[in-house]
Amino acid sequence: MTIESGLGTVANYVDERTGAAAWMKKNLQKVFPDHWSFLLGEVALYSFVILLLSGTFLTFWFDPSQREVIYDGGYQPLAGLKMSAAYASTLHISFEVRGGLLMRQVHHWAALIFMSAIVAHLLRVFFTGAFRKPREGNWIIGIGLLTLGIVEGFLGYSLPDDLLSGTGIRIAEAIIQALPVVGSYISYFAFGGAFPGESFIPRIYTVHVLLLPGAFLALITAHLMLVWYQKHTQYPGPGRTEKNVVGYPLMPTYMAKAGGFFFIVFGVIAFLSAVASINPIWLYGPYTPGQISAGSQPDWYMGWLDGLVRMAPPLETHALGHTISWNILIPGLIVPGILFTGMALYPFIESWITGDKREHHLLDRPRNAPNRTALGAMSLTFMLVALINGGNDIIATHFSLTINQIMWFTRFGVLILPPIAFVITKRLCLSLQRADRELVLHGRETGTLLRLPHGEFVEVHEPISPEKAYLLTAHEQPPALELPAVDAHGVKRAGGLRNKLRSRMSVANAEAITKASVNDLKEIDHH
Amino acid sequence: MSNEIEAIKDPGLPAHVHRKADSDPAAANRAERQVAILFGISALGTVLLIVSYIFVPQDLFIFIPVMGNQNAHQLGLGLGMAISLFFIGMGAIHWAKTLMPDTEVVAQRHEFRSPDSDRKEFVDAVKSGAGASGLGRRSLIKKSLGAALGLSALSPLLLLRDLGPLPKKEFETTSWKSGTYLVTDPGNRRIKASDLEVGAVAQVLPEIEDPEHRALSDIGKDAVLLIRLRPQEFNLTPAKLAMTHDGIIAFSKICSHMGCAVALYEQQTKHLLCPCHQSTFDVTRGAKVIFGPAARPLPQLDITVDGEGYLVAREPFSEPVGPSFWERNSQ
Ligand code: HEM
Ligand code: FES
Repeated sequence: MTIESGLGTVANYVDERTGAAAWMKKNLQKVFPDHWSFLLGEVALYSFVILLLSGTFLTFWFDPSQREVIYDGGYQPLAGLKMSAAYASTLHISFEVRGGLLMRQVHHWAALIFMSAIVAHLLRVFFTGAFRKPREGNWIIGIGLLTLGIVEGFLGYSLPDDLLSGTGIRIAEAIIQALPVVGSYISYFAFGGAFPGESFIPRIYTVHVLLLPGAFLALITAHLMLVWYQKHTQYPGPGRTEKNVVGYPLMPTYMAKAGGFFFIVFGVIAFLSAVASINPIWLYGPYTPGQISAGSQPDWYMGWLDGLVRMAPPLETHALGHTISWNILIPGLIVPGILFTGMALYPFIESWITGDKREHHLLDRPRNAPNRTALGAMSLTFMLVALINGGNDIIATHFSLTINQIMWFTRFGVLILPPIAFVITKRLCLSLQRADRELVLHGRETGTLLRLPHGEFVEVHEPISPEKAYLLTAHEQPPALELPAVDAHGVKRAGGLRNKLRSRMSVANAEAITKASVNDLKEIDHH
Repeated sequence: MSNEIEAIKDPGLPAHVHRKADSDPAAANRAERQVAILFGISALGTVLLIVSYIFVPQDLFIFIPVMGNQNAHQLGLGLGMAISLFFIGMGAIHWAKTLMPDTEVVAQRHEFRSPDSDRKEFVDAVKSGAGASGLGRRSLIKKSLGAALGLSALSPLLLLRDLGPLPKKEFETTSWKSGTYLVTDPGNRRIKASDLEVGAVAQVLPEIEDPEHRALSDIGKDAVLLIRLRPQEFNLTPAKLAMTHDGIIAFSKICSHMGCAVALYEQQTKHLLCPCHQSTFDVTRGAKVIFGPAARPLPQLDITVDGEGYLVAREPFSEPVGPSFWERNSQ
């Protein structure tokens, strides 16, 4: 029996019992547009699968207990030391279980790549406007996944209970403890008493291996079902419209490519884990609150938070027998809260500003949405400055600066650099638009010079292809919203300030270099 | 001529370019062989994995240029696994690219919005359903249901109550009492003032009955740093100066910012630095914060010596140690 007829038999078998033929037929021929940037989400998905596999492997030996044990394993430098069973079992996985260290490193590298891929995917979606109607829901799910990923990663590297991760938990406890009114209570409930206690690691273990992976699975499923149902967005270009989707059919081409890509991601992570050591917990020693390892660094996706905490000015309010730590609450909770809420609401904010309530399936080229692109660059700059400060001790030693210099640079930089990034990016987008227009109207510079009869030199321009010309002009250039301050009856509208703000932003948003048109081309021909 | 702006026309999908393997059977066969070779390399990777697992001892180190000394077992397992996975992927993708259909297909999209008649019926159904329940009219039901739902949310909260004890005053107390001896950490030996030279630092803990079973949660509040300067180097209020002994000053080692161990002492500048967020405390001025996010000095422990010259605490800490919390009276 050939493979074809074998699979055919299976398909028959399934249909006779489910009547799924029509549905399956449609979906196996589903069209997926191809572009490298569409792989970023796939990397995140595959890393998640790898986390499930490698994490399950680790659970077979990892002992999530803070019970005190005396180490008698094979790693001599720690022989005879008191430590938690969690730490001892992580040492056991690293030194005695064959392939254990590899799997620990696979798990940790996969976590870093998972988070990097989520962020890169999010940036792709943001800068191309893929979050617009009807995909706002998936944008919010994505922000949810990002947030949970940060939490899951933090809980994960807290599990081994080494000196570095214990320090991270200590800092998390201080954030809880700083909550006004309820802080000390929540801390005592979370830790089952005074920090560090013996309850925290068993508890976060359940959250790390059960609760959050369950939430991830649910959210990822919803995310993918929406992508499936709403169909993928596509980049603009000849033959691509808001009404169609151009790409490869799921079976076989897309299936083979995506399936193959899973193995490539897994292979790359395995390679990194083979050659690049990560989180060598045996070097840090067991956790005790009285000690610390120099150069305490969280994983990168927490680094920006740490950077914000480091640059916070020493502000506390002492009044009426109470203390409020602004130096913790602002960088640790308030600023991240505002950032993430703003990010989640962005699709709605943008459509409020543009007044655009239509569906969008064609992506924007970032330059054609200068305001959005500039806003993205501004937020990235903010995060980057924060992240730099999160590594200020390391940067200081590498570049012979003082921590003092970096701290003051970032304290001001975090406020001044983002707006500068906004302005520069917006200008850049507009000049790229201008260049596009020039290209359509006057063609590409060929580098060949031509001598005119009267002696002047001009460069020969070669017209660009109709495909290219279409690509560069396919975008819309909607005008700004018109929001008169008075309504049709000459009565002042309610919410004047809000309207004013909205139309201001709308005007800024609509700023563009008029794209080339057939009229312009005809005009040039006349001369 | 009209004033209408005419957009540049869509020339439509570019024509499909055929690959060599589409028309030339020899090229197609070559592609097939290439795919098979890629899958074959993967199989070799699995062999490497198996060999490393069974035959390479876990403590064998080999020197590899650039990478330095590497554990052969770990490296063999990892590279074997990487090769076996990566080349399955490469094979599949090469197969898809050379031999599977590469013609782009066009599918149509449909607006998600349903026809207006359906939408109206849907909205009507929702409205009449809600109307039939009487939720809008019967305000007593609405209010009592809201209250019941709100209250029922308390039960999960209540059920979490036994996660831990109440903090009581525990954030504000440590094991230090008046007369508690300072003991070394590690070692748990009493120390004499004369054991500390000028410029030296030592970590100490309060003496307890059973030092073998000292709780980490106690260390998290009790850890203290001793630093010895020359008495004239201090720049302290008389009250704080009285809490030192012969140039020895004692601070809580738990950072007043977020509780890390303040472990770095710079002898030249006499600064204590917390590696977590680099709060820097000036020892000569009673651990005043001179840099970083910490808002309060490290609490100072009042110390003296007993008749034989052993260091003891004269008083417990006069303020809570460690990070701030709501109930802390910091005035
Ligand atoms: C998005 C998902 C996940 C992320 C981001 C993540 C992240 C992490 C990280 C960074 C570590 C520290 C590893 C180390 O250096 O030792 C860790 C440890 C651990 N994770 Fe995960 N993880 C995820 C999912 C899972 C799942 C699904 C399981 C199990 C079913 C799991 C089980 C474990 C175990 C047992 C440990 C402790 C063992 C050890 O550290 O060696 N993880 N996780
Ligand atoms: S914990 Fe010491 S500076 Fe933050």
